[in-house]
Order: sequence, then C-alpha cells, then structure tokens
Amino acid sequence: MATTGTPTNITQGSKTKGGIGESTLRPDGTLKVTGEFAYSSDMWHEDMLWGQTLRSTVAHAEIKSIDISEAVAMPGVYAVLTYDDLPTDVKNYGLEIQDTPVLAHGKVRHHGEPVALVAADHPETARRAAAKIKIEYVELPVITDEASATAPDAVLVHEGRDDHHIGHVPHPNIVHRQPIVRGNADEAAKRADVIVKGEYTFGMQDQAFLGPESGLAVPSEDGGVELYVATQWLHSDLKQIAPVLGLPEEKVRMTLSGVGGAFGGREDISMQIHACLLALRTGKPVKIVYNRFESFFGHVHRHPAKLYYEHGATKDGKLTHMKCKIVLDGGAYASASPAVVGNASSLSVGPYVIDDVDIEAIALYSNNPPCGAMRGFGAVQACFAYEAQMDKLAAKLGMDPVEFRQLNAMEQGTIMPTGQPVDSPAPVAELLRRVKARPLPPEQQWATAGEQADVRALPGGLSNTTHGEGVVRGVGYAVGIKNVGFSEGFDDYSTAKVRMEVINGEPVATVHTAMAEVGQGGVTVHAQIARTELGVTQVTIHPADTQVGSAGSTSASRQTYVTGGAVKNTCEHVREAVLEIGRRKFGSYHPAWATAELLLEGGKVVTDGGEVLADLVDVLEDEAVELELEWRHRPTEAFDLRTGQGNGHVQYSFAAHRAVVEVDTELGLVKVVELAVAQDVGKALNPLSVVGQIQGGTTQGLGVAVMEEIIVDPKTAKVRNPSFTDYLIPTILDTPTIPVDVLELADEHAPYGLRGIGEAPTLSSTPAVLAAIRNATGLELNRTPVRPEHLTGTESS
Amino acid sequence: MRVNFTVNGRKQEADDVWEGESLLYVLRERMGLPGSKNACEQGECGSCTVRLDGVPVCSCLVAAGQVEGREVVTVEGLADYAKHRDDAHPGGACASGACGTSVDAAQRWQAKPQDGRSAESGDLSPIQQAFIDAGAVQCGFCTPGLLVAADELLERNASPSDQDIREALSGNLCRCTGYEKILDAVRLAAARQEEAV
Repeated sequence: MATTGTPTNITQGSKTKGGIGESTLRPDGTLKVTGEFAYSSDMWHEDMLWGQTLRSTVAHAEIKSIDISEAVAMPGVYAVLTYDDLPTDVKNYGLEIQDTPVLAHGKVRHHGEPVALVAADHPETARRAAAKIKIEYVELPVITDEASATAPDAVLVHEGRDDHHIGHVPHPNIVHRQPIVRGNADEAAKRADVIVKGEYTFGMQDQAFLGPESGLAVPSEDGGVELYVATQWLHSDLKQIAPVLGLPEEKVRMTLSGVGGAFGGREDISMQIHACLLALRTGKPVKIVYNRFESFFGHVHRHPAKLYYEHGATKDGKLTHMKCKIVLDGGAYASASPAVVGNASSLSVGPYVIDDVDIEAIALYSNNPPCGAMRGFGAVQACFAYEAQMDKLAAKLGMDPVEFRQLNAMEQGTIMPTGQPVDSPAPVAELLRRVKARPLPPEQQWATAGEQADVRALPGGLSNTTHGEGVVRGVGYAVGIKNVGFSEGFDDYSTAKVRMEVINGEPVATVHTAMAEVGQGGVTVHAQIARTELGVTQVTIHPADTQVGSAGSTSASRQTYVTGGAVKNTCEHVREAVLEIGRRKFGSYHPAWATAELLLEGGKVVTDGGEVLADLVDVLEDEAVELELEWRHRPTEAFDLRTGQGNGHVQYSFAAHRAVVEVDTELGLVKVVELAVAQDVGKALNPLSVVGQIQGGTTQGLGVAVMEEIIVDPKTAKVRNPSFTDYLIPTILDTPTIPVDVLELADEHAPYGLRGIGEAPTLSSTPAVLAAIRNATGLELNRTPVRPEHLTGTESS
Repeated sequence: MRVNFTVNGRKQEADDVWEGESLLYVLRERMGLPGSKNACEQGECGSCTVRLDGVPVCSCLVAAGQVEGREVVTVEGLADYAKHRDDAHPGGACASGACGTSVDAAQRWQAKPQDGRSAESGDLSPIQQAFIDAGAVQCGFCTPGLLVAADELLERNASPSDQDIREALSGNLCRCTGYEKILDAVRLAAARQEEAV
C-alpha cells in the first residue's frame, strides 16, 4: 500500500522559489549520501590522542581507593585523570541542579558512572590502560523505587541538598514534586455513574540515536580549548563546561559537528568536559568516541514511571473528575527531572475537558540510570495511562472509544488544569475523526487470494511457526497533547545573525545561528525563511558555533518556532535596512519608495501591487547589511508549587493515531499492520520534512509499545541490556505503513502560524498500539513494552 | 601487519595494522574513508555496510586481515561503482591517506544552496539521488549503510516488492525516519531505473 507522500491539503507559500511551504531538499543531503558529511566521530587532527572513560561496575558504593599506577606506566598512554586532577573547585555540572560530578568523588551513584579518564595514542591502548586502573569499592544498598527512596531509614542519594526544589519535596530523595488542584475532585466524583481505576507501568526507553557520543577537543594557544561536538544546545554545554575547566566562556570555543540524531539524549553533557580536560592536560588534540555499550551509560534515558489514575464519567459519557499520581524515576542525578515533572503533571489530563482534578507528579532520586529528556518529555508516560483509562471508561459505558473521546475532547477556549486557556486551534475531535475515517488495511494480508501465503507479513515474520492460524486482529485509537517550547517562565529565546550582500553579481543571504541541526531539518527551513523574507534564491547556512548568541535547545519541538522565528525577525529587520538603502539611492526616482508597502521578491524590490522598483544587486552594490538579533515568544509563568496554577505553556501540539495489529496469541508475537496518524502542524513550512518527522516519531512510540526497554536489575540497579543486540529498536520489518494526514490550522501567536511537530506523534502512537493489542486479545496489559510472556500468560514473577 | 586490498577500485596498502582492528577501523581511521559509520560496531545496525567482493557485509565484523587481496566498495565509491557496474569499476574515491575530516575542512564546511541538488550534475548513483529526493535522509547516520544495501538489492532485483525491500534492508537500523521515506526512495530508484531502460 502506498503511503501518503506529500499531503495534498498543504498550501504552497512564498513567491521566491524555495521559500516556506515548499518541500525543498536538505542542503546537507548530498554530503550525507556520499559519506562526506563530517559527523562528530569523523573528526581528525594531526597528532591527536584517543580518550577513554573508565566507568563504575557497581551502582552505589563508596570509593575506597583508585590506583592508576599500572595504567600510567603503559607505553602510548599520555594521561590518566581522576577526581583529584580536576583543575578548580567547581567539580559538578547539571542542567537545572549542579549535582553531576565530572568524575566520581567519594561515591558512585549509578552503574556506569565515569570514574577516571585515559588519553593514549590508539583507542585500543586507551581501553587497555583504563582496564588496568584498580578501584576499591565498598558497596551500599541500592535505591530503586519509591518505597526504597522514601523509607524512613533510606540512604540519601545526595546528602546536604541545597537546591531550590528541596523546600517543596516531602523527602530529600525526591527531586521535585508538582501538585495540581483545580475544582473539587472528591465532590465531582459523587456525580460519576462509573469510576475506573488503573495502575500503569512505563518502561525505561532509550533515545538510541545512531551517531554515538563523540567529539574532538583541541587545545588553543591562549590556554583555551576548541571543542567540535554533537550536541543539542551549544550554549547550555558552554555554561556547564567553562566553570569546571576554570576557563572564562570566551576561551571555550564550541562548533557543532555533524549530529547523528539526538531525541533528547544530547541535552546533557556526555564526553564534552572529559575531552577538554584531557586536551588541556596533554596539550594535544583528544578525540573521544563512545562505542554502543558505553553510549547506553553515556546519556540519560526516558523516565520510567508508575502511574495511578482514577477517572469518573456520567452514564451519558461526560467525564466528571480525574485523580492521579505519577511517579517518575529520575535515577542518580537530576538532569531535566524538575521540568519533566512539570510536564507530566500539567499534561496529565490529556486533551480532555475535566474541571475537577487532583494531580501529583514526583521524580525520584535513585541508583538507577539517570533519566532526563527524551522526545515527548513527561507527556508520553501520562498519555499511555490516560488513554488506557479512556478505553476502560468507554467499555464500561458501552460506548465507542472514539466517540467517547470526541465527546470529552478539548477545543479552543478550553481551560487547562493549570487554569491556562487554550487560545489557538485544538482540533482533537477532528484528528480522531480523520484517523477513524481512513479505510482499514485489508484483512489477512499474508494470505493473498489464490497465491501462497507470504509468511514474511505474519507476526514474527520468517521465523514464525504459524501460517495464520490463531492470528487475531485488533484496532486501537489514541490522541495526545504536548506543549511546545520551554515552559514555566523559562526565558526561551533564540538569536539569529543574517547578512545580505552581492556575491558574483547575485544577492546572497547568510544565516548564522547556534541552532543544533540534529537531523530535524532546521537548516532547510532557515534557508526557506530567508528566501521568503529576503526574496533571494542563494542562501548560505553558516555552521553553528558559539561565535553567535544562543539559539536555545533543539528540543521541546521548539527550534522551528523559536530559532525560525528569530531568523524571520532578523530577516525582516535586514529587509528594512536594505529598503532604507534603496530609498536613499532611488527614492527620488519613484514616489512608490515612500508611499507603497515594499517587498523583496525574486531578487528585486517590488511594491505590494507587483511593480518592480529596483534590482537588489543595484540597491546593495558593494554594501553589506548584517544584523544579529534576539527573539522571544510570548512569556510563560511558573506553576504555583501548591496548586499548579499558572500560564505555564507557550503552545500545544496535537496528534491522533489509529493502530491496526495482528497478534499470534499462541506465541505472543505482535505485528503492527498499520499506524495511521493525523496531526495539526499549524503551517507546514516544509511538507516533506513534516511528514518525515511524524513518521519517525510514530515509530519511536511503536518501539516502546512492543520492544524497547532498558532493563535494570532491581536488586543491583545494574543495566542488563546495553547493546543493540539486547535493546531492540524497530527495524524496517517491525515498522508498518504509516499514512500521515496533516492539518494546517494556524496558531495566530506563532511565526507563520506554525506549530511544533517533532514530539506529538511519539505520544499517542504507544497507547494506540496497546489499545489495538487489547482489542485483539481482550487482555488488560497495563505495562509497556508488551512482551510475548504478557500475551501468553507465561510471565514468570 | 600489512594489508593489501582494493577500495573503490583503487589498490590500497595499510601498514602497522593491529591484528584486532576491524575493516571499519581501517577504512575510517587509516584510509580516510569515514563514510562507513560506527553506530554500534557489533553488527546489529548495518550503518557500516560495505561490499566485500560484491557481498554486503558489516565492516565492523570483518577483521582487517580478512580483506587481504579482496575488493571493497564503500559509500564513497558507490556512485562510481553504479556508473561502471558492468565493467571492472575502475577509478576510485578518496585515497589521500589523510584520515577522517580535518578540523580545517570542518571549519570551512557550509551548507550551500546548491548542495541539495548537486545531484543534477549526475555525480550521484540513482539510489543516492532517490534518497535525497524522497526525503529519506534526516540525521543521515544510517544512510551510507542503507545506500550500499539498497544498491545491492536493486542490482539483483530491478523491481523489488515492498516485502523484498523490507527483507533486504532489515539489517539496517534507522532511528529518524520511520522507514517510510526509505521505502519511497528505493521504489523511486527502481522506477527511475525501469524508465531509463
């Protein structure tokens, strides 16, 4: 079956070729298909060394001693560093709370924590030297869940916490807590004709970006360091790196090198500081490249969660109230946990109208692997639970699950549980209608009439032992809501520098931002915006570095909105400056220069009536116009720490899924046959990229539904499956057809009316697949991922 | 040890190769061909797929010594290989001896407007062009391995069914695209090849 390529209902945009609304192709595409694109692990420098990290083999222990003597003595080894070698008093870093040690001191708090560093002339030499370092541990009891974290005699993961969250948590082993109380849930519950309760478990998912953590640090002559690295936010890294190196920020010069995917996993520091420390110590360029095993320890994961929900509804299907408690496991260090808690609580109701709610979300400190940002950021876990609840309620009321959702769907004007009104389109019912209206894929596709069965299309594929007997089909639906941009009063700005000049007889625009291109297509969209606003065909995207102001993070579906907005804003000011030059030179020749609205189109200055006044080449001649400006979206505010009230979010993004699955009930194997999605994108600046993002996000949701989970031993807090052999991500055989239906309902507050798109499809994909499996099997299935033993009743306890 | 082999049609010699080094390491760090990617280095993701005497293999699982006297094609040589598929595919790509991408080169890199389309000049193989046109490249880390595998599929099966494509590419992980646009790209390349015949 053919998939939707470029949606037909997407409008075309500007008049200059290659502007917004067109599916222009990636400027880095050719380099990427020829193998010439420089990813961070491809960097090379004459005389460079290879860095290696030694990581803890236990989850929670006191470090009694570290003996590096044998490692230092090995030929080819240039440096071995431990905590004692850190150059200043600042020895920790962190996104929100500076609780993460550059190298472990005194204690290790999770399996795989960095303890020592080696630099050597061959990566294998560095690995062998690291293996020679002797560490003596005295193991401590591990904290692995809410009960062990908050037990009266619990060991504190971080003794003597003094961050600003500590005053609002019931126990020091809780990173952050956010209640939201609105209306009176207990009173409203009395109006309910049916009440459903559920306890849900969401497994630990990994971003599993393909390009491993890597980069190259080069010491510079002024005592500083140049760092070429794959990251999501150069300036955030810089703010964390410079203090621990004891250098002023201007002496740490960062350039983005090619990023092989991110999905939140590169928001935190990984090898950045380590490479700089080794480079500064040895005076030589140092490259660090994690292998896949180390990558699983080198970045934070998606918070695993326990979710306890209660919903009520009247017999005519209106939701009365919701109570929930969401327990997120943040692992050993805070990372982005406070913000994840804010998202999980404020989006815990989902895209539904419920006036009376009682919500609490917390994140734990534990000795499990640290968790932080991943696509969907707290909204994913909540969506899994509230969508299961919607199906339970619909079933109990004897209603169609889609109609039940539509009856309670939020719309523009709905008040969120935080008290914030939704002031742009919220087409929740329409998105559900669209996925439901799509024709279902044909039954039993493996058994094409009159031909031999194609066993490759059966659950389990070629390795299955069924030819279709015992395979049942199910259909499930889900919808979700995600905030766009950084919330809770964060100053979420971006900066763009735009230059316009004539080169070789043609007007050329250069766009310079610090935006991390992680694969999402920002570089494509920036060129489109510049073409639209400046009327030029030739646009050069300058490499992202710290020589220009911060662009904020490539996360929270915010880059096209915020850095795109910054590029648009700066281009508008550049345009005005160009027009001013034109008025100065040619204003006396034609009155329209002073009276008409002027645009730049097709390399010319034109009036809004279409009259051409001048060529840009003649206006600019040898002058260049260059501006660097910051741009902000409208401000948000913090949630009240007791009531959760506040206008905390900038914008919301919505997607709905319909999943069709086939389950071999005997073997417990699931084949997802189709995952149809409908999403409102506000305005598709690049339709081809929009569809690609939606399909990619959908696939990550599919992965966590049926296969993806980092398994942590509950007794030792050790990671059991840090490899692509044992941590499974969907292959092309596991991924079904993903037809995409794109709506464009403009948000009047956003540039071009656009809506952040990257995360929303990850939310509803997982519960839709679960709903379809429940529909096929009749099982309750309250945890994700679903494994064969859950479907066959053979799970060992 | 010394290893002699042919890479992208050009004879190569690698000296001082440690016995445990993989073909992937030799290509990336000694031959200056970083196109084959180091995503898992355990044969699970397919990002380092190259052709060894015509057969697609994960170069991370091939010991460098195993390629003595044999012929390797990487993504860097794919366009040339496709062009000269029927002859002895002479010529070759990078053989500068310098390894990886220099800092200077990385500093000089800029995304130019024509980069997305340079293929119109005919420098790319049909499958490379199709990946660009279909939007099958996002972060691009899986792309080189997928291209080598897909090119080999189209060489032996000019009009593959969707199930054929899925089976041929099942050893190549992609985390960004959801695979739909990769399927589109292979279909597109196959259709263009048929048109061209």
